[in-house]
Amino acid sequence: MTPASPAVDAVALDAALIQRVTLPERHPLRRGALLAAAVGALAVLALAVLGEPRRMLAAYLTAYVYWLTIALGGLFFVLVMFATRAGWSVTVRRLAEHVAGTLVLFAALFLPLALGADTLFGWWHGADAAADPVLHGKAGYLDPEFFFLRATAYLLAWSLLAFWFRSRSLAQDSSGDPATTRRLQALSAPALIVFGISLTFASFDWIMSLDPHWYSTIFGVYVFSGAVVAILAVLTLGCIALGAGRDPRGERPGPLAGVVTTEHLHDVAKLLFAFVVFWAYIGFSQFMLIWYGNLPEETIWYAHRLEHGWRGVTIALAVGHFVLPFFFLLPRAVKRTRSTLVAASVWLLAMHYLDLYWLVMPAVERHGFHPHLADLVAWLGVGGLFLGTLGLLTARQPLVPVGDPRLAESMAFENT
Amino acid sequence: MRLPWQSKAAAARPAAEGPWLLAEFTTPDAVLAAADAVRRTGTTRWDVHSPFPVHGLERAMGLKASLVPWFVLILGLAGAAAGMGLQWWASTIAYPLVVSGKPMFSWPAFVPIMFECGVLGGALGAVGGLLFEARLPRHHHPLFASKRFERMSDDRFFVSVDTADPNAGEAEGLLRRAGAVHVERLATEAPAPEGRA
Repeated sequence: MTPASPAVDAVALDAALIQRVTLPERHPLRRGALLAAAVGALAVLALAVLGEPRRMLAAYLTAYVYWLTIALGGLFFVLVMFATRAGWSVTVRRLAEHVAGTLVLFAALFLPLALGADTLFGWWHGADAAADPVLHGKAGYLDPEFFFLRATAYLLAWSLLAFWFRSRSLAQDSSGDPATTRRLQALSAPALIVFGISLTFASFDWIMSLDPHWYSTIFGVYVFSGAVVAILAVLTLGCIALGAGRDPRGERPGPLAGVVTTEHLHDVAKLLFAFVVFWAYIGFSQFMLIWYGNLPEETIWYAHRLEHGWRGVTIALAVGHFVLPFFFLLPRAVKRTRSTLVAASVWLLAMHYLDLYWLVMPAVERHGFHPHLADLVAWLGVGGLFLGTLGLLTARQPLVPVGDPRLAESMAFENT
Repeated sequence: MRLPWQSKAAAARPAAEGPWLLAEFTTPDAVLAAADAVRRTGTTRWDVHSPFPVHGLERAMGLKASLVPWFVLILGLAGAAAGMGLQWWASTIAYPLVVSGKPMFSWPAFVPIMFECGVLGGALGAVGGLLFEARLPRHHHPLFASKRFERMSDDRFFVSVDTADPNAGEAEGLLRRAGAVHVERLATEAPAPEGRA
């Protein structure tokens, strides 16, 4: 073998790889994305006439936070993989970059909440708040103008971070410059601090303040833990839909076959299992401290969720979001088999919705668990817009970061 | 990957053992090929020794899934049940005291201790299961008599075969053909300790 040939092989392999992991111009994903976005937009508009405004806004808020936490989970995944200099995840990272890229959409979708904040958040009216000693004490923070200022800061920070990491990574596709990786690694640590603080306060502002008397400092971590479960489930489903874990020489292998392998799916599933446990750990920590302290202004939040129809939802959440997936995801074979991974991911994404519904809705539906058609319409609406945007972002670029210097390392990755 | 003190060959130790064949290889690829060849002979009393995990070695050796996870699961669940049971017994039967007006069996307060007992059980299961699977403790092994074998933890790869197994008959030729740079035979009897010969 001549000394020149390995380099020639590497170049030829790259060209073949780029072609394989780039979707063709007429791929059905593009048309599907436009269709999903159109259906989503119509569904969001339909909410305006479906029922009583406060209930509609609560349904919209649940759906908005549901899809937003998936997008934020994508941003977290990208940041943490750069911060830890992870080699294994390079082939999976591009999909997370696209998911994070949809955060700009959520800045726009905040508009209905901004317009309806007056109706949705009880602390909004200065007169009511002034008569309430607890709200009076919180008036400095729960102030409409400060609320908008903060929301603008969160949405701007998320959109900019997601845009920057995605665009740098896309630029690396053609440049192949290792300096890009080093710069993004350096930026990822401060970005994670911004991410943690903004997610925590956004959870306080948009979900916790629905019960303005109640407070829990761990609340942001709880929302975060659910967000990471959701993004890992979405990454699993997305990779499998695009051919991950399939034999590249098989029939209709899909563009990611042989690039995202069973080994990558196994590692994502291990993280998924870990965050299912983390979610339960945080959720129980919040519950136990409040239960033990037994202060009325804190326990009232759980009291609402343990009476009337909500008790069943609380139990279903504990069992469905922790006990069942814990034992289901325990065996190694389950984490390496596509069908079981799809089942676990779909189940956990449904449980993530139940989780956010359980956070938001008891503040509005005081007299029990009453699902409304609007909940489904809002979920489909925001979801259609999210998936449409994601589809358009995904279809135009290679599905893996083909210029990342560690792509070959990632493709060869094996669990020992 | 089994280190010498976890040897599966030791696990299946019959009344008669050895002498042992110890073949030395310089690359992971060579030891993979040798492992593949030895597995095909059908012998069960053999092992591979490497300074680091070699991808694909489990497949080449035909190793089955370990039983250790089952030890961890069962002892973990048992530990959790014992932890909760102890607290239930202590707070309702042995010392039924009312604490801050809560029920005798206030399970939420007991969950952290239940969790810790589960972790303890799981950890003991992992260590105990590993020792059990590896038939440890065992204080000496004939392979330890080889000076060259010390490089197992540095830069060399070894295949050891117990020639007491009838299937291991042609192992020596096999290992040489697979590219062993050195093959030695090690007697079963440990040499007498120095100073007492």
